[in-house]
Amino acid sequence: MLRSLDAFCDRLSASALSQAIQSTDWVIPTVQTVHILTVAGVMSSILMLDLRLIGVHARSESVVTVARRYIPVVWYGLPILLLTGAILIVAEPARALQNPVFILKMTLVLLAAGLTLACQIPLRRDHGFWDGSSSHRHLARMIGCLSLPIWVAIVFAGRWIAYVRSH
Amino acid sequence: MIDSLLQSVQDTSIATAIREGDSLFPWIECVHVLALTLVIGSIAIVDLRLLGIGSRDRAVLATTAEVLPITWTAFVFALLSGALMFASNAVAYAHNAFFLAKMSLLVLAGLNMLGYHMVIGRNASSWQNAATTPFKARVVGAASLALWIAIAACGRWIGFTINAPA
Repeated sequence: MLRSLDAFCDRLSASALSQAIQSTDWVIPTVQTVHILTVAGVMSSILMLDLRLIGVHARSESVVTVARRYIPVVWYGLPILLLTGAILIVAEPARALQNPVFILKMTLVLLAAGLTLACQIPLRRDHGFWDGSSSHRHLARMIGCLSLPIWVAIVFAGRWIAYVRSH
Repeated sequence: MIDSLLQSVQDTSIATAIREGDSLFPWIECVHVLALTLVIGSIAIVDLRLLGIGSRDRAVLATTAEVLPITWTAFVFALLSGALMFASNAVAYAHNAFFLAKMSLLVLAGLNMLGYHMVIGRNASSWQNAATTPFKARVVGAASLALWIAIAACGRWIGFTINAPA
């Protein structure tokens, strides 16, 4: 399994596309800039949503209003992040695919996306879901408190990919 | 003269520890990246409101009251972490074109913000509820977005044009 991953990374980095990216100076910094700007949009939107879920922010607005304003940024941002991330992987496959921090980051992304859905889905049927009973508000607070550190860990893991060498 | 001053910054024990340690620089960089995503993302929320694109259902002053404390808090963290990374390799950063461009663009972003408060932000209460904002407000929002995008790009290019501390 690991040996076939080795071979896959070697083949990918020898491909014409990967070679083209590697031999053009500006591609990787440009793609990283787009990636980080998209992270900026997603992180700030998540922060605004989570602060509302926790009850720190915008308590004059219902959760559904805040969610409708900010959650679309997450779902439009995610494909951009996956695409720019994929370009970076094609350029240097082993840097990410054989890096435990990258695996950790992807696991955290799945968790964070799941929590965002967990906030969003109940609002479809009932706009007042998270503003209703105290048990719902308590659950909303838990989602917010869980989501924030996961997103912070995603950002940190993203930077550490550059420093942890693949095994 | 300036170089010898920068060299003495670089020779301080803190700067040396950041430069020579294995994990200090990456951790400081993590804080910097987290802080800058919150600075740029939160200021973009305000910019998009000024452009009349985002948060159209919310008054401008309600948006800025909620968002700007986050922007400023994150900016302080970005500044401190940035200063530490600068100190670790001060001479090289001070001679890096992208670093100098980034600092100049930061000054421009500050002036743009100042201009907003002096020209159009002062009487924001008279137009803040409109989804379509005054032309001057849109100019400020567009300039701010463009400047911060350029600042992020310069920041990334610094990392590719300076040798990471060994």
